[in-house]
Amino acid sequence: MKSLSFFFFFIFIISVFPFLCFSFNPESPTDRRVLVLLDDFSLKYSHSIFFNSLKSRCLNLEFKLSDDPSLSLQRYGQYLYDALILFCPSTKKFGGSLDLTAVIDFVDSGHDLILAADSTASDLIKNIATECGVDFDEDSSAMVIDHKSYAISGTEGDHSLIVSDDFIQSGAILGKTKIEAPVLFKGIAHSVNSANSLVLKVLSASPSAYSANPESKLLNPPLLTGSAISLVSVVQARNNARIMIAGSLDLFSNRLLRTAVQKAGSQDKYHKSGNEQFVTEISKWVFHERGHLKAVNLRHLRVGETDEPAMYRIKDDLKFSVEIHEWSGKNWEPYVADDVQVQFYMMSSYVLKTLSTNGKGLYLASFKVPDVYGVFQFKVDYHRLGYTSLSLSKQIPVRPFRHNEYERFITTAFPYYGASFTMMAGFFIFSILFLYNK
Amino acid sequence: MTTVTNMPLSDLLKSFKLKTKQQELLIRVSILCLVYILAFITRLFSVLRYESMIHEFDPYFNYRTTLYLTQNGFYDFWNWFDYESWYPLGRIVGGTLYPGLMVTAVLIYRILHFLRFAVHIREVCVLTAPFFASNTTLVAYFFGKEIWDTGAGLVAAILIAICPGYISRSVAGSYDNEGVAIFALLFTFYLFVKAVNTGSLAWSLASAFGYFYMVSAWGGYVFIINLIPLYVLVLLITGRYSMRLYVAYNCMYVLGMLLAMQIRFVGFQHVQSGEHMAAMGVFFLMQVFYFLDWVKHMLSDTKLFQAFLRITVTCAVVVGTIALGLGMLSGYISPWTGRFYSLLDPTYAKDHIPIIASVSEHQPTAWSSFMFDYHILLFLFPAGLYFCFKRLSDATIFIVMYGLTSMYFAGVMVRLILVATPAVCLISAIAVSATVKNLTVLLRSKNKGVLTGSTKGSSSSRASSKALLDQSQPFQKNGAIALLFGAFYLLSKYATHCTWVTSEAYSSPSIVLAARGAHGNRVIFDDYREAYFWLRQNTPVDAKVMSWWDYGYQITAMGNRTVIVDNNTWNNTHIATVGRALSSYEDEAIEIMRSLDVDYVLVVFGGVTGYSSDDINKFLWMVRIGGGVFPVIKEPDYLVNGEYRVDKGAAPKMLNCLMYKLCYYRFGEMLTEYGKPPGYDRARGVEIGNKDIKLEHLEEAFTTSNWIVRIYKVKPPNNRW
Repeated sequence: MKSLSFFFFFIFIISVFPFLCFSFNPESPTDRRVLVLLDDFSLKYSHSIFFNSLKSRCLNLEFKLSDDPSLSLQRYGQYLYDALILFCPSTKKFGGSLDLTAVIDFVDSGHDLILAADSTASDLIKNIATECGVDFDEDSSAMVIDHKSYAISGTEGDHSLIVSDDFIQSGAILGKTKIEAPVLFKGIAHSVNSANSLVLKVLSASPSAYSANPESKLLNPPLLTGSAISLVSVVQARNNARIMIAGSLDLFSNRLLRTAVQKAGSQDKYHKSGNEQFVTEISKWVFHERGHLKAVNLRHLRVGETDEPAMYRIKDDLKFSVEIHEWSGKNWEPYVADDVQVQFYMMSSYVLKTLSTNGKGLYLASFKVPDVYGVFQFKVDYHRLGYTSLSLSKQIPVRPFRHNEYERFITTAFPYYGASFTMMAGFFIFSILFLYNK
Repeated sequence: MTTVTNMPLSDLLKSFKLKTKQQELLIRVSILCLVYILAFITRLFSVLRYESMIHEFDPYFNYRTTLYLTQNGFYDFWNWFDYESWYPLGRIVGGTLYPGLMVTAVLIYRILHFLRFAVHIREVCVLTAPFFASNTTLVAYFFGKEIWDTGAGLVAAILIAICPGYISRSVAGSYDNEGVAIFALLFTFYLFVKAVNTGSLAWSLASAFGYFYMVSAWGGYVFIINLIPLYVLVLLITGRYSMRLYVAYNCMYVLGMLLAMQIRFVGFQHVQSGEHMAAMGVFFLMQVFYFLDWVKHMLSDTKLFQAFLRITVTCAVVVGTIALGLGMLSGYISPWTGRFYSLLDPTYAKDHIPIIASVSEHQPTAWSSFMFDYHILLFLFPAGLYFCFKRLSDATIFIVMYGLTSMYFAGVMVRLILVATPAVCLISAIAVSATVKNLTVLLRSKNKGVLTGSTKGSSSSRASSKALLDQSQPFQKNGAIALLFGAFYLLSKYATHCTWVTSEAYSSPSIVLAARGAHGNRVIFDDYREAYFWLRQNTPVDAKVMSWWDYGYQITAMGNRTVIVDNNTWNNTHIATVGRALSSYEDEAIEIMRSLDVDYVLVVFGGVTGYSSDDINKFLWMVRIGGGVFPVIKEPDYLVNGEYRVDKGAAPKMLNCLMYKLCYYRFGEMLTEYGKPPGYDRARGVEIGNKDIKLEHLEEAFTTSNWIVRIYKVKPPNNRW
């Protein structure tokens, strides 16, 4: 009896074990743990709408102060969280074992990050952003100011609460429904590093914006101006970790989420700003609830066979198939697109074919192996804005004909065969005559 | 040597009361047996010193293919497409190698297994070359007997058994084509000379099969197919044309050609390439000659024949030239290859084909290496030629021509000393045998009754018809004795030299390095195998390793990993791409390496041990070969005032190119020699110029215990950039 209970306990441990591995599980990315670091627990209440929307989507939030001495992202080499939200712009030093490298390693091992700064942003927070390809304005007192597209509010003359509706055109990142109301933003500017090809501006400032200290007189022309200023940027790393960097912590606050908005010089008045929709949709993207693709079952077959060959012969006919699915937040659904291509590649692509889909996630193509031998690769490189990058490659050697695979008799060579055989016969007859005809 | 062994033997033989002829046979057979064994065991130094292992570079490929042949059978071997080398192009192994060696080894292996000797194929491979060297001594004996007499044959067998020029390519473990090819070469020549001497169709047929074996074993068969026509041509010109020659050559050429075309690597080249045209030309010339002979026989009128001769010869020459010209123009007859040109013009490779010039064994031969490989044979060779000219026959003309042409080629390329060795041994053997015989005849002429037991003398007295020396010369006998002792002294010197050279110079496997330690003890550097074993154990199965082509065969054979280029240098562009990657800056190199899917980079570095044939010393060749295809790589960028340096005064491009960085990474911190600054390169004897090396796209994966092999891993692209 005791051993039986022990056995059940063992089974329980085994079945729980997958949940103990907290890293992002691409097969069932639910029940994810998110660590939220705050400067002050009051943020928990001032930003409660945003946090509640996360909680409602099956994310387990764990709030901690950023200087909590017990802070640690991993234990025994296992990461305890799947994502990190840094709502602690003024933190100069994290508590516990957390530091810049720990955060970067967390991202590099495939975990997600949301980082919000504001005018009090410390060097630590700025450095994390720099590591991700986003450079905040070096002037610590500067804010984004826009004298044309600011939000009309009670206090006239404060043009640092700006409105922006310059969104990135991507359904994958911001959702299918268009964000009608502009987004209110009060915070600092950043620019994206041109050397980084992975960072995207999701929300840009209007051309009339600039970054300067609103309190003092502008002596020099501002370094960051116009649409070079990014307000919110995202990065999708090569290992598909997703990062969002916002120059404003207020962007997520209940206050701005609930505020009515009217852009200066515009008659359109919205009773609620676009912030709620914006932050909800973008957090869905960051937490892989949209735009997350997986490609499985990459198969190739010689036409008429059922087993995958280890090697092809030149001029073989083959069938190639791959399944692509998208994570909908709850389960994997077939991904439907008409622009997925496969390459048959050896130093350059020999065959490039658009795959046809059956609408259930299966993509198919069939083609003839080129008349070139070598080590080829089936390559599917699918990079679409906001979607997970798919770079599949499968190596497959292509051999020339074997000695007995050539045609035995070629019609055009019949004169040659004739000549050979008559020569042989003639020689035979000649020998007989020569030897025995005295 | 023989005279010495005769003395105690003759006493022994007397008691058995054998007839002189039987005694001679017994001595001859026992000498041959001893020589056979000697030739085998003198090549075993490397096995005793190190272990039963395959040596150097090419033998590893041969071993790998042999292993494949034993495991998969002949048809799979014949059709083998190897995708582990020349990534991503692959190599059709079955069609690009000479299968003779592998088939021979597997045949021996099968026979041994049939006889219930459960040996591993590696042991067979290791001992194939010594076994064939032993067989070569037998062939040398018969060849010597054919061109001169049994004495010369015996001496030739002894000389070739220990000649360093041959041993260099046939020690145990040197499992290379040349190992069996020299046997095949000499055997073919012997059979052909035999066919010319006898005019027998059977011998000629045998020589055609010998030629087939040679073609299957080594690319050097081109030498045979050019030397034999040349020889025939010389015989025709010197008026030694005979029916025997006609039968021997025609049968050998026609059958040999048909057989050679069965080897996939040769195929239609045998009738289409420029290198083989001489043989075909001589074949047709032979027919014209025969036809003219027949016409001459039919026509009694000399004047008429003269006119006919003139017309026929002009017609034949015109038709031949037109055919050759048309063939060349239409591309049906391929022009001579670069390798062939470089044989005729030693400077050709240096200017046009750096990839050939870069190989050390393709360099022109230094005098010292002639001395090293031939020792006294170098002086006996002219003497032998003198004897050959004194007794000209079809056979001696052949050996003279073989000797002279191969000596020329030996001067052009170091590795071709090997081809010249049998000829040098045979001609020297004639010199030794003839001299010793003349001297013993002189000795015996005075006291014939005393030396009855000397079988050698008796046979020679019968053979030599001329009394060479004037009977009236004073101190004749003493002089002869002194000369005999001199000859004995020289020959024993030769034997000691050969043994010393074999044990010191030619028995190193070059994959395991040995050096003398501070206390005179032997230090073994087994870094190569350490590195390859690491690759085999620690890298993914489909990992691609980039290295300079020298190490390609070893990486595939021992490391079992895919390589970009290897020692089969068939694609110059691919090698140049690797050369370009290694001589570029790191961020340019990474683009090339990514395009070739390189996972690991392997370099060989001798700065710690003082091993001088490392990649830094080979580096200028990489630059030259890379620059030959990609002109962005310029040799002067790596030199300072035409000087190649790695210290502070080195060219900036040199100090920052990938090869420099990979070799000297973290070397600046290392103290290699007492009393020298850190980062002191022992192979070049300088302190390196760039000690602070940072790698951006690569990371050190493995460095062997003596730093000889360093392996770097190509990092994946930056995650966030």
